[in-house]
Amino acid sequence: MAHSQPRQDDFCIVASGVRKHFISGKKTIVALDDCSFNVKSGIVTGLIGPDGAGKTTFMRLCSGLHVPDAGSLEVLGFDVTSDFLDVQANIRYMPQRFGLYEDLTVQENLDLYSDLLGVPPDKRQARYDILMKMTGLAPFTGRLAGRLSGGMKQKLGLACTLIKPPRLLILDEPTVGVDPVSRRELWQIVYSQVKEQGMSVLLSTAYLDEAERCQEVILMHEGHVLGQGVPSSFSRPLSGHCFMLKGPREKKRHIQRELANRDEVIDALILGEKIRLVTMDEMGPQDVRKTFDLSEDIEIEGSEPRFEDAFIYRLKKRLVSLGRSVKFKIITHKRVAGSPEDEVIVVKNLKRRFGDFYAVNGITFTVKRGEVFGLLGANGAGKTTTFRMLCGLLPASEGELYVAGKNLREARAEARERIGYMAQKFSLYEDLTVIQNLNFFSSAYGLYGKRQRERVQWALDAFDLKEEENSISRDLPLGFKQRLALAAALMHEPDIIFLDEPTSGVDPLARRQFWAHINSLADAGVTIMVTTHFMEEAEYCDRVVIMKRGRILAKGTPEELKSRYHPPGVTNPTMEDTFITLIEMKEAA
Amino acid sequence: MLRRILALTIKEFIGILKNKKSRMVLILPPIAQIIVFGYAATFDLKDVPVAIYNEDQGQISRDVIARFRGSRVFKIIGTMESDGQIAPVINLKKALIVLHFHRDFSRDILRGGSGNLQVILDGRNSNTALLALNYVHTIIADFNKAWAAENGRGRPPARLVVRSWFNRMLDSHWFIIPGIVALLTIVVTLEVTALSVAKEREAGTFDQLLVTPMTPFEILVGKSLPGLIIGLIEGSFIIFVTCFWFDIPLRGSLLVLYSGLFTFLLSAIGIGLMISSISLTQQQGLMGAFMFLVPAVVLSGFATPIANMPKLVQDFTLLNPMRYILVIVRSVFLQGAGFELLWTQYVPMAIIGIVTLAIAGFLFKRRLY
Amino acid sequence: MTSLRNESSLSMMRLKGLIRKEVKQIIRDPSSIGIAFFLPVILLIIFGYGVSLDAEHVPLGLVVEHPGPEANGFMAGFQDSEYFEPILYHSVQEAEKALIERKIMGIVWTRSDFARTLLSSSEAPIGVIVNGVDANQARIVEGYITGVWMKWLVSYARSHGLALKVPIRVKHRIWFNSAVRSRNFLVPGLIAVIMTLIGGMLTSMVVAREWERGTMEALLVTPVRVKEIILGKVIPYFFLGMGGMVLSVFIAIVVFHVPFRGSYLALGFASSLFMLTAIALGLIISTAAGSQFVAGQIAIVITFLPAFMLSGFVFDINSMPYPIQIITHIVAARYFVSILQSLFLAGNIWPIYIVNCLWLAGMALVFFRIIRKKSHKRLV
Repeated sequence: MAHSQPRQDDFCIVASGVRKHFISGKKTIVALDDCSFNVKSGIVTGLIGPDGAGKTTFMRLCSGLHVPDAGSLEVLGFDVTSDFLDVQANIRYMPQRFGLYEDLTVQENLDLYSDLLGVPPDKRQARYDILMKMTGLAPFTGRLAGRLSGGMKQKLGLACTLIKPPRLLILDEPTVGVDPVSRRELWQIVYSQVKEQGMSVLLSTAYLDEAERCQEVILMHEGHVLGQGVPSSFSRPLSGHCFMLKGPREKKRHIQRELANRDEVIDALILGEKIRLVTMDEMGPQDVRKTFDLSEDIEIEGSEPRFEDAFIYRLKKRLVSLGRSVKFKIITHKRVAGSPEDEVIVVKNLKRRFGDFYAVNGITFTVKRGEVFGLLGANGAGKTTTFRMLCGLLPASEGELYVAGKNLREARAEARERIGYMAQKFSLYEDLTVIQNLNFFSSAYGLYGKRQRERVQWALDAFDLKEEENSISRDLPLGFKQRLALAAALMHEPDIIFLDEPTSGVDPLARRQFWAHINSLADAGVTIMVTTHFMEEAEYCDRVVIMKRGRILAKGTPEELKSRYHPPGVTNPTMEDTFITLIEMKEAA
Repeated sequence: MLRRILALTIKEFIGILKNKKSRMVLILPPIAQIIVFGYAATFDLKDVPVAIYNEDQGQISRDVIARFRGSRVFKIIGTMESDGQIAPVINLKKALIVLHFHRDFSRDILRGGSGNLQVILDGRNSNTALLALNYVHTIIADFNKAWAAENGRGRPPARLVVRSWFNRMLDSHWFIIPGIVALLTIVVTLEVTALSVAKEREAGTFDQLLVTPMTPFEILVGKSLPGLIIGLIEGSFIIFVTCFWFDIPLRGSLLVLYSGLFTFLLSAIGIGLMISSISLTQQQGLMGAFMFLVPAVVLSGFATPIANMPKLVQDFTLLNPMRYILVIVRSVFLQGAGFELLWTQYVPMAIIGIVTLAIAGFLFKRRLY
Repeated sequence: MTSLRNESSLSMMRLKGLIRKEVKQIIRDPSSIGIAFFLPVILLIIFGYGVSLDAEHVPLGLVVEHPGPEANGFMAGFQDSEYFEPILYHSVQEAEKALIERKIMGIVWTRSDFARTLLSSSEAPIGVIVNGVDANQARIVEGYITGVWMKWLVSYARSHGLALKVPIRVKHRIWFNSAVRSRNFLVPGLIAVIMTLIGGMLTSMVVAREWERGTMEALLVTPVRVKEIILGKVIPYFFLGMGGMVLSVFIAIVVFHVPFRGSYLALGFASSLFMLTAIALGLIISTAAGSQFVAGQIAIVITFLPAFMLSGFVFDINSMPYPIQIITHIVAARYFVSILQSLFLAGNIWPIYIVNCLWLAGMALVFFRIIRKKSHKRLV
């Protein structure tokens, strides 16, 4: 052995003053700024934060894929700059999208990684047997990885990293877009490895509810560490700050909006029929009523703090210290004519076939005017395909569908003036500036002259885009892009808007702002149809359908679903619990 | 409608010109290529290496050699002493031609007979060999004529009076460089159009566009205009270089030339947009453009004449807009041709353009994937 | 830990694993097999048939102002020639119009006093007009016309008992390609142009693809060495490209009847060197470009057009201006064209072969050094 063993330490990662920047055009993007923290050995540590927080950059630094600009970073006692080969010999890293060769079979992927990791041929089969049993992939070894479902891909990706158990396992967003059942299974596998092999695990996630599953979390935002500790240590200080308010149904959006902008409030959000309120100061339910001047018909009860509350709290504190506004903007929209009983979107037995595969397989639902209607499901459930058919972008194979009484595929161009559409990933013209995008989309919707100028001005003001008016869209932070995309879809004041994964990747504050906008649109009578793979966002919708493999598993209001499908013994189920229960019930049937 | 088209066109232009990389791709290669290829692409020979194997002791062979030495086409690289030296010199490409004067060369001529001059050529590039041989013939014919006049030999009963029209000096640059106008214009136009839809599909913005009240026709026009304008500008630049840098005479009217360029661009844009709307990704768009471009260039008559191709391939080239624009550009430049001579070239390009544009517009929405 | 520090240690297990992976991907992805096998065949066949400099059946306008045995005798030479397809016109004006309309390539024309001047032996002028737009073809046609004329002179002199001796008689022998078929040199040249394209396209896409699918990232964070990744790409695509090469040579010989006079072993060796430069160029493009898209754009600009224009495959390099000749040295196809034309038509001309192989080897070496330098196990 040519060199010494790395010293056995309590920490698998030691970062001090780590800085990393990238250059994009003329802009310098600081991905990590002076990050100093240690990651403990032998436990599962979560790297929590929205897109752009620096999670992926940090993981790539730890894997020796990037070199830090400044500071020092030691992984398992090796310096990542000089000894990256030693680092790579001892860790395993699963990048986003799992790093699988989709045109190789499950078995061939395993063989490749065995070869690369130098597992002796005679020891492979035994290891494969264990891994296949653990992941439940044994019946699929001959299948191409590309033909696996999202959850199976994720488990195969994990299996490939575990062929030779590493000392440190790094997983970049292993659960994104995967259904809750598969997510739960992944967590089980990870914990079994930690227990059996004494492995350290560093994983990143954008799902805040997953933070509570980690033994320790590191909270990140825009390249800064907001805090580190056991998950409960974040939420515990907020006990006595959290309340559930229940009042007349029609007033909930109004009340929530009033509360959200109060200085005494950390967070106020709609959860089904209730409003969840987190206050700056500890207080009792009666103090809440007094402070916020709430009427007697509103029931107030205390609630347990959640990890998300703590994140919002720290995020707000940081944003305020940076001098940024944390107030929610209210947008105005012209009142939509028509009765709330109008059936604006009608879908009957809709099917869409690609070859012999049904992406959408016989779905039926209706959406009424002014409703916020959610389409929930994991990646590949058929949400986007349904959306594209509704917008007339894709012909249906079978079934009927009407938007505002017309099939948009056959309707004349004018019919499309009544709808707005926000595509996945906030599709904008990336080479154009903010104002050029707004000008273009308003022209495309037939606005011109004075009215066009007014609407563009409205969009700049209402969505806080003024300061970035002349920035190239590509360089905007994700939250800005999201607002710009929504503004572009609203230039012509449509009656109906379609939003495809509108909140994916943005931080929880931006998400709240976004839903605040949606709520004000709904108040003006705009019909809103939204897809999401965040189960908890179902709570913001009036009604939802849950999709899996092209079929509707359940539909109804979030409250109905939660009361119908909840795990035995759980009184306050989350939407995620509901989803898992639903799937288990369907599979049992 | 016009407002929407204008908005889309402006947006496309900003998209193309704002990106530094795509700006470079549009500006630099055409300049570099017109210069490099303009000089490189020639069928005219110069400095053809000639080796002399002179067994003759007389004066006449020396006079002949002097004529070769005086020619710009040939360059004498040395002399040899024996038969055995011929093969290595040719094989190693030291000389393309060996002129072999037989021992009795001068004596035979002075006796009133014919002296035999053996010319050995390297036929590895048969075109070069053939051209060089023609030059040899020309020099010898001139010599024969002069010698016969001086020495009172009988003149041949008839002589050829050759004139070449449109290109008196038969300078092949005059043929190739106007062709480069068409070549580079189509490359640039395809680069602009073949990716424009695929790029938006990849970014997801094409869905946004289709959901707006814009009709496929408006999108089609909006997407075509930038290609048309950029193609016209680049084309004009290359025409300018052709006229003023390479001094190729422009004998016809600009109106005829630009009508041709316009129709050609229409067909190129149609093909580009068609490829683009079939493609799912930019990569596929690029491959498609390439797959079209390579045969279109090789089978256009740009370097090798269409008339020399087998019938089947000739029929196939009828689908190639390059074929028609080459005729137009060359005829307008060298021949000064007008519409009455060229209308048969405009019509097929216009048809190709209209058909491909219609298909592209249809595919915008009808694509199944 | 074993001695993982040793950068130069190549692990056969890892390399085999990478190659096996690549081969399976090639087999499952019909597009790379298509690019390697079908594309060269299709291109070679289309171009092989389509690209020819041999003017045959050239439409030629004949104008005889005053028919008579002398003029007819002269014109008969054109009727018999395989190079021409004569069309008779009654007046020069008519023929000139046809020339302008591109219906004929040239005009041969005897005046009404042809017979009279001929007999008075005072050099009867025969008018020849060629369309000079395509200068190369015009020259070749002019050569053919001169040939017909000289043949006629000899037979005329013989039949009229004239002691017509030209002072110098040129006898020519065109070595290696006595039939002067341009296909014999164009087809080998096309192989070089097409293989430049194939090699560049195959590899410039595969590396960029791994980046875009995120698999490269996963690969890099294993104990794998950069050398192994490079070799793991080069080896399978080398054999794939060579497969296309063998097919192309086969087509050249069997379909186009291009004679092959050199040694197959020498051809194999030179092709291997050339394939390496083509693949290396593709790898450089994709490493430098990063994205599949930019890689494709660069590949078009720096592979096809330069190989077409600057390799000497159709335009003679010696006739180019000196600075351009220097530029041609960086086009690998140039060396391979030279090797192929010699091997096919002339045989094993070792000095030419060796010099060009050395250039190719040098280029391959430089390219691989660049790749090695440009590829890290690091992203930025």
